[in-house]
Amino acid sequence: MHELSIAQSIIEIVGQYVTRAEQEQVRRVNVRIGAMAGVVPDSLEFCFAAVIHHTPLQDAVLVMETVPFCVRCHACGQTTESEPGIALCPACGSADTDIVSGTELQVVSIDVDEASGGGA
Amino acid sequence: MSVITIERKVLEKNDEVARQNRELFADHGIFVINMVSSPGAGKTSILERTLETLRDTLKIAVIEGDVQTDLDARRVAKYNVPAVQIVTRGGCHLEANLVREALGSLKLDTIELLVIENVGNLVCPSNYDLGEAVKVVVASTTEGDDKPLKYPAMFRNASVLLINKIDLLPYLPCDLATLKDNALKINPSLTVFETSCTSKQGINAWCEWLMENSRRKPAS
Repeated sequence: MHELSIAQSIIEIVGQYVTRAEQEQVRRVNVRIGAMAGVVPDSLEFCFAAVIHHTPLQDAVLVMETVPFCVRCHACGQTTESEPGIALCPACGSADTDIVSGTELQVVSIDVDEASGGGA
Repeated sequence: MSVITIERKVLEKNDEVARQNRELFADHGIFVINMVSSPGAGKTSILERTLETLRDTLKIAVIEGDVQTDLDARRVAKYNVPAVQIVTRGGCHLEANLVREALGSLKLDTIELLVIENVGNLVCPSNYDLGEAVKVVVASTTEGDDKPLKYPAMFRNASVLLINKIDLLPYLPCDLATLKDNALKINPSLTVFETSCTSKQGINAWCEWLMENSRRKPAS
């Protein structure tokens, strides 16, 4: 439901790395989204497209790397992918776990087409 | 094609304002809770029972977040505590900067406990740190015992769970033990209180917890 404001935040961050003119050369905006980040990828893609429409960034595509929800268990020592949010160790059932991935919501990088100018 | 590395959190701006809010709360010795739940779980009713119980012993202020209307702030104002309403006009959650603006209407030096009642929504508010000391999630028995499994992020990020409307348990297919089990599966360190705003069961235990934490000066 808040994917629109997340799309806007992503564009704001990108704007700090390339000038308005250079934004026309941005081909890909790479983001990392954890399985438990509370973001619906389809919805974010839709909102991103809506937000860049008629802006210098309009040729950019949002590329989402999704990260599984994984917990590390202090009891059995294993790091295992778990159902998003379930903190119990899938291997031994212990509740003594730490989340090691799955909550990410990051702008990773942008791919810029050098052929038509660009560069930072 | 050249790659420009960015590696930054999407919500870093909110996180930064939340950090500033947290610093401000620590400077003034204010214990801050962020109450979250789905619409109708009973956040405002719990708040009313809390104010009834604590208003003479603890200096409390309230920030109310709603999509529309100041009805909740008016409900709270009856208890003679400072209350600020944030109307998000469609926004599905509170953000740190909205809280910071609302703080301008409060006398921070006169507050020991600040209750921020978030917009009723179990999804979006979990992403936005407001600078609170703890998130308190309210789950009511009428919502069913599988709620924590359906909305894990909210239960994961909370420190306290209030299971509300327990007076209705005899009439509902909701199993209290299952509800608790499901919540602890998501977050084994949750502190759980069972409450009813009608029978007032559990309200005292919850208020004692609030008292204890408000009087213990937060470590900054």
